[in-house]
This record gives sequence, C-alpha cells and structure tokens, in this order.
Amino acid sequence: MLSWVSEERAFIAAVVIILLLLCFTISIFIGVKQTAFREKDEVFGDPERTLGGWYWTITGVSSVLLLWFYFSWGIGRAFFPEAGNEMCQIAKLETAIAPITATLPINTRYFKSTTLTRRNSEQLEILLSSMPTSIFTKIEQSELIEIIENSKAIIGVFSNQKNQSKESVAFLKKISSDIRKLSAELRLGFDGYLPTKEALAQPNWGTTYIEIPLLPITSKGVLFDSISNQASIITKTFLKTRNNSDAGDTLIESTKKKISLLKATNKSSVFDEDILIRRKAYVKAVERIFKRLDDGTIFPPKAFDGLNYAVTDLFTAIDETKGGLKLIDTLFVPGAGVIKSRTQCTEQGSGRWLPKPTDVIASFLKLANPNIEAGGGYKGSTLFWWKWLPIADLIGFIIPDKIIDLLPGEYGRHSDTGNFQSNYKDNLLALAQGDIYLGSIPMLDGHIWDSVFRVLVALILGIGLGVPLGIYMGVSRFFKSFFDPIIELYRPVPPLAWAPLILTIFGINDDGKIFLLFMVAFAIMVISARTGASGTQLSKIRASHSLGASNRQILRYVILPNALPEILTGIRISIGVCWGTLVAAEMLAGTTGIGFIENVARVVSNYELIWVTILIMGLLGLAFDIMMRRIINKTIPWRGKG
Amino acid sequence: MSDLICKNLNMTFTNPQTGSKIEALKDINFSLKKGELLSVLGPSGCGKTTLLNMIAGFLNPTAGSMSLGGNLIEGPSVERGMVFQQGALFEWLTVSKNVDFGLRMKKTPKAEAKKLVDKWLNIVGLQGFGDTPTYQLSGGMQQRVALARCLVNDPDVILMDEPLGALDALTREKMQSLILELWKETGKTILIITHSVEEALLLGERLFVMAPRPGRIHKEYKLPFAEEGLTKPLREIKHDTRFGDVREEILSMIWDMEEEIMGGA
Ligand SMILES: Nc1ncnc2c1ncn2[C@@H]1O[C@H](COP(=O)(O)OP(=O)(O)OP(=O)(O)O)[C@@H](O)[C@H]1O
Ligand SMILES: [Mg+2]
Repeated sequence: MLSWVSEERAFIAAVVIILLLLCFTISIFIGVKQTAFREKDEVFGDPERTLGGWYWTITGVSSVLLLWFYFSWGIGRAFFPEAGNEMCQIAKLETAIAPITATLPINTRYFKSTTLTRRNSEQLEILLSSMPTSIFTKIEQSELIEIIENSKAIIGVFSNQKNQSKESVAFLKKISSDIRKLSAELRLGFDGYLPTKEALAQPNWGTTYIEIPLLPITSKGVLFDSISNQASIITKTFLKTRNNSDAGDTLIESTKKKISLLKATNKSSVFDEDILIRRKAYVKAVERIFKRLDDGTIFPPKAFDGLNYAVTDLFTAIDETKGGLKLIDTLFVPGAGVIKSRTQCTEQGSGRWLPKPTDVIASFLKLANPNIEAGGGYKGSTLFWWKWLPIADLIGFIIPDKIIDLLPGEYGRHSDTGNFQSNYKDNLLALAQGDIYLGSIPMLDGHIWDSVFRVLVALILGIGLGVPLGIYMGVSRFFKSFFDPIIELYRPVPPLAWAPLILTIFGINDDGKIFLLFMVAFAIMVISARTGASGTQLSKIRASHSLGASNRQILRYVILPNALPEILTGIRISIGVCWGTLVAAEMLAGTTGIGFIENVARVVSNYELIWVTILIMGLLGLAFDIMMRRIINKTIPWRGKG
Repeated sequence: MSDLICKNLNMTFTNPQTGSKIEALKDINFSLKKGELLSVLGPSGCGKTTLLNMIAGFLNPTAGSMSLGGNLIEGPSVERGMVFQQGALFEWLTVSKNVDFGLRMKKTPKAEAKKLVDKWLNIVGLQGFGDTPTYQLSGGMQQRVALARCLVNDPDVILMDEPLGALDALTREKMQSLILELWKETGKTILIITHSVEEALLLGERLFVMAPRPGRIHKEYKLPFAEEGLTKPLREIKHDTRFGDVREEILSMIWDMEEEIMGGA
C-alpha cells in the first residue's frame, strides 16, 4: 500500500490539485456571494465583520497549497509525468553541443574570436603604456616593445582570412554539414523511435534519490537522446580544430625565443631583490597574454559563418520538435528547467530547494515509520513511538550515587576466601546505579518525544519553582528586592547566548538543554506570577482579612487564584519561547530531537527533510498554543471581568 | 454589652515624599451600643473611610484607642465584618463559595457550612444563584453576596463603606430596605458610610455629620426614620415633612463646608 502510494505520487498529486482548484473556485464563489449578501447590514469597521468567514480560510489555504504545488514543479510532475525525462534528453543535447555554442553569438552577443581579439588587444595596449622604464635597460625595453608588437601581429595574422589553414576550413565545413544533418534528422520526427525495456523499468520522476530518470522513456526522448550522442562526437572533433598557419607559427616561434632570453637575463644579472620581483612580474604579464594567443583559438571574422548558421538552425529544429513540451516548460516549470550535469539530470529553479508537497509527505511517512530496520526513523531513533523503559533506569536517573556514599557504614570487602558478600550499602548502590532489574514500563520514545520531554521537564521545573518565588516576590519586600536583580540581570540575555556556556557545564545531553530551557521558563514564570500577585486588589485582601483568613490562607486562596490568569499566560509564553530555544539548542549540539534532524538535513542538503522538520515544528508549536488557549478559556472564564 | 468605643482617635498621614502632614482625623470620641445603626455623612476627604478602616483594623491610629466589647482593636478580625463599595468578591468562586469563604477559613464542617450558606442566600434573596459565577451577577446582586458573605461569619459589628454607591436608584431603594430588615432581624451593630443625605437619614438611628481639616464629628443627630422604615414603605417616609426639614438642614450644612474648603483652597 505504502509503496503504491509512493510510486503513484504524481497521480495522487494530480487528484489533490484538482480538488484544491475546486475548493479554491467554490470558496471564492461562496465568499463573494456572502460578502454581497452582508454588505447591506454591516457598518465598515464593525469587529463582527471579522468573525467567521471559513470560506476565505479555505481560499487562503488552497491558494497557498496551489502556489506550493506550482513553484515546487508539483503541478508539472503531476500532469506531465514524462516531461521531466524529455527535458532531460533535450538538456543532454544542449550540453553536448555547448562547447560549439560557446564560440558563437547564440547565448552571447559576440563571436568568441571577437571577444578574445578585443580583450587581448586592449590588455596589450595597457601593458605597453604602463611599462616600468626605470627597471629595464634601453635594450630590454626595445625587446619588450617588440614582443608586445609581435603579439599584436599574431592577432592580426590569425584574423586574416588568407592565413587560415586549408585544413581548418575543411574541418569547419564538415562540422557544419554534420550539424545540418542532425537538424534534418530532428525534423524527420520521432516516429519509429522506441524506448528500451531498461529505460521503461526506471523508477518514476522523483520516487528515488535519482531525481529524473536518465534514459529516454518516450519516442521524442529517444530521438533527442540519439541526436545528443551524435552531437557529442561532433563536438569532440570541433574541440580539436585549431587555426594554424605558417605565418603565425614563425611569429610565435621568434617571440617565444625573445621571451625566454629576457627571462634568462633576469636570472643572471645582479639586481636588487625588490626590482627583481617587479621585473619578473612585468615579463610574466606579457608572457601570459602571448600564451593566450599561441594556441590558435582566434579565427577570421567570417570563418564561423557556416557553423553559426547550422547551429542556429539546429536550435530552431529543437524548438520545432519540442512541440507541446515548450508550453509545459514555460507554464508549469518555473525557473531554468532541467539541467544535465555529468551523471544526472537535476531540476534547476524553485523546484530545487522547494520540494513537492507529495515528496514532503513521502519523506515524512518514511521518517514516521517506527520500524527502524525497514529504514524508518532517523539516525537510529524513531520519530514518535514508544518503548519499554526499565524502571531501574528511571530510579538510577533520579537517585544520585553520591547519596549512597553519605549513608553510614562502609562498602563491602572481599573475604579471606576471596568471596564477595554484598552488604546493604552495596545493594543500595546497585539500585542507585540502575543495575537491579525491577520490570519495565511503557514509555514514549522518538525524536519528537525527546524534544517535547525536554520542554515538559523544563516547564514543570520552571513552573514549580518560578510560581512560588514569583508570588512571594509579589507580596514580600525581602523576596522582591533580593531576587529582582538576579533575575533581571540574566533574563534579558537571549537564551541562545547562554547555550555555549551551559552546554559546556552540563553536557550536550538532556541535562544541559533542560537547564537552558528551565532558565527561560523560570524567568518568565517568576515575572508573570509576580505581576499577577502584586496586582491583587487591596479591597480583596482586606475583605479576606475581615473574613478571618490567615496570611497563608490569603496566599493560597486569594493571591494565587488572582494571579492565575497571568500565570497561565506566562506558561503559554514559556512554551513558545522554550520550543524555539530548544530547537536551536538541538541544532547546536545533541543526537536526538527535531532540531537535530534539521541540523543533519542541513549538512547533507536534504531539502525535503528540512521542510518536513520545519512543518513538524510549526504544527507542534501551533498545537501547544491551541491547547493552552483552550486551557486558559476553560480555567479562567472570569478573566477581564473581575 | 459588646459596645464599640472610640477614645480620642487621631490619624495623621505623612506624605513620604514631601514630609507634609494631613490630619485625617482629630480627637474622635464616640461609643456605639450593641444593635445601634449609625450612618456617617460628610464632604469628600473628611476622613470617613479612614475612620472605618481603623475600626476594621486595617489602619492603626496615630493616637487614641478603640475597643469592641472591652477588647482593644489591634487588627482585622471576624468580629468586624466589612462590606466594600464594589463587592470585592472573589471572581474565581461561585456565589455560594464566596459566601462560604469565611467558614472554610475557619474549617467549619461541610454540612453545617452548607446549611448556613443556604440560609443566608435565602435571606438576601439569592436562592437558586448558589452555583452562578459572581462575574455574571448584576451590581445589586453582587452587593447582596457581599452582605451574605459578611453576615455568615456572625460578626458583632458590620462596617459598610458606601455599599450602595454604585447602584441605580431603584436597586438602591430595595437594598436599603434589605439593610433595614437585616438590622432588625439580626440585631447587629451597623456602621454605614454614605454620600447620599437621604440614605443617611433612612439608614441611621444615629447620624454623624463629619467636617474636614481636620476630620472631626461636626454634629450628631438622633433620628426616628430607620425605626419607621421597618414598618412603612421608604418612599412614604421620604415625603414626610420632618424628613424634608432635616434633609435641608444637613444639605446646607455640608454645602457650607464645601464652600469653606473651596474658599480656603
Ligand atoms: N493612605 C493615605 N496616605 C495619605 N493620605 C491619605 C491616605 N488615605 C487618606 N488620606 C487622606 O486623608 C483624608 C481623608 O481621606 P478619606 O479617604 O478617609 O476620605 P473620605 O471621607 O472617605 O472621602 P470620600 O468621601 O471621597 O471617600 C484625605 O485628605 C486623604 O487625602
Ligand atoms: Mg471614602
């Protein structure tokens, strides 16, 4: 069942998208009708106007989901599952002839030869005008000028039609005609081309870690694939083509000699260290430009005319053969499209970092699978499940071993016969170290539970200690003045700024994180309980005095309930801040938890997993907040009415 | 026997910032017999609330002493119940839990407490409202709860600081009858502060008119209207010519005091 869902995710997405579109249009329709209906009896600005309106909620949610589907290429994949593969074949062809295209004004404005000529001539001029005359002798200077002039002359020789070798002219002609043949073959269409069995057996687009299947699965794809294979052979020949000529060769040879001579004088002569460095640098700059010219990559201005025509025509042929794919590409595949790298085709554009909703769900299902052997969970831990927890572990966790050391008596010793008889202290120590089996209890387990557990423990500690202290601070001068500076000094520091210190002191396991969160929750709880307690009306306190309540009774029965709204709001804020801090702390250090998953996913650039963790965090945070709001509304209905 | 006696009461407030002193009360002397109904009237700031707070035990006099039934007053106690202008009810408790508060603090057995609470809710006319949260009650009902909460503790003296100040005219009249009824039925000593001259006349066997700067008792009246109110409708009393005469006299007295304050200021 699960694997069927996984393989057919494109189809499922298509159904979902159609449903979303329906929801979107119907809810807009209802919304517009309702608005028109209510227009008459409502005044602008009436707060009642913002109540209800579920249809606009549906419009909003479905449009966000549709946008997500669109920009993640989810719509493209859902309705045109073969398009990715076809685009991959075209990408193969474009990549294959890319070296030829690069020399032509197709994706750029100038021929590559023009660009090279212009740039090198300009740099030669600059070198000539900036020659440092003080560090070269007169003779050397004239030598240098000659080298630069020779370099210019080489550009001239290569650019001259008459000097172009017969061989290279013939080569270019042959390449152009081969490319024209490719165009003709493309124009014949893809009838009769059939995908291989091997290609059809490939997994669907996006169902495995290989994004897009590489072998062509449609007739059109097979055609493009075979053309691309031929094109790469043509390209290989093209890359070997050089503009060699006798005139050029003699100039190059003589210039080479002059340069090596100059370099030799640099070695033999005795120069100041500083001057030597400058001399070497200048000669090197001259040589660098010369080296760019001696490999015969500059061709005469008209040499590539035939090739340019042939390649331009090939692109036209590609476009014609693409047919409907062109529309799909522009409408449903925002971004650069499919790119072929050395071994695979990848999505380029928003689809790269924005995983498709269906893939995110697939990734989540894999993560949520409690069966670790079957590939579920993450890094050896389930997402959210349960396990048997030995009671002994719990006791060992709660009772510190040191307490046993403080008990009267001594630990046992081995006897004369070499036996060891454990006494009561040894037994208690074993208990405190969790070595005695006492049965097991079922316990929640997994990354989510680990995160929630940390927040829960920290919250319980923060509430348990913070609320009493806060209340005493609200009613007692001593408590207020004594603790105020301590809390007010550490509270404004962002919790994460404490993290490096606390994780060092308490270790990267639960203790450190729980303490960090405890600090956060404690400060918030103290402040809110204190505000609540000190806000008790004097008349209420006086009334309870007159009714015979003792000071303790007043704290328990009047001040505490009076502070309850503030305390609950404090808990709500604490949960939010703790949750945010925890995830960040888990990203810093640790081996379990939601933040840990995201951190690993970040390191390995697993965008799907990153989105999954972000969604889990957001949904859990939302769930906590809704829960707290419910609790607040249930427990303090009198809020704001006292 | 359990008389409330105030001897040479003085109260001076010192402003902690400026150090200036305000004589809120100066040489107050009076005694109140058990079961007497006293109303206190006076211009704003003449020390009425201060006097009441001292009797309740919330404030200590700078000089002088107070005693109730021979015992010195040194702090708040159940003997002296207090009703505030605005209920000061515990909004997190229901009506019966509010009334029950004092009994719970005393750890009265549950069954006995419930009987008492029901009895008093009946008397103040709130039968059936036991489980209603107090924030859902009207202002008049809230004051009834405050009365019941105070009375269930069986105090010797009931102190009320403008208990009906926040109520509308009609509810006010009903509450005035209720207070008179309670006074008659329970025979408690009641001290009531009010801003309304009519109310002071209706709810006072005795009536103190206080004067400000320093706060003192300016004049005392003995009035028959409270007694009459037990048998006659209150509206009828108000139309009595004697009632009108006293009212006019007190009104012009307070008017003069206010004039004096304004002139002096
Ligand atoms: N805690 C205090 N600190 C300083 N001065 C105070 C304090 N309480 C009351 N006073 C002053 O004592 C005087 C009497 O105040 P009190 O509240 O008793 O007046 P009141 O008669 O109850 O007035 P009202 O009719 O407006 O309630 C006023 O001048 C007031 O400013
Ligand atoms: Mg007052």
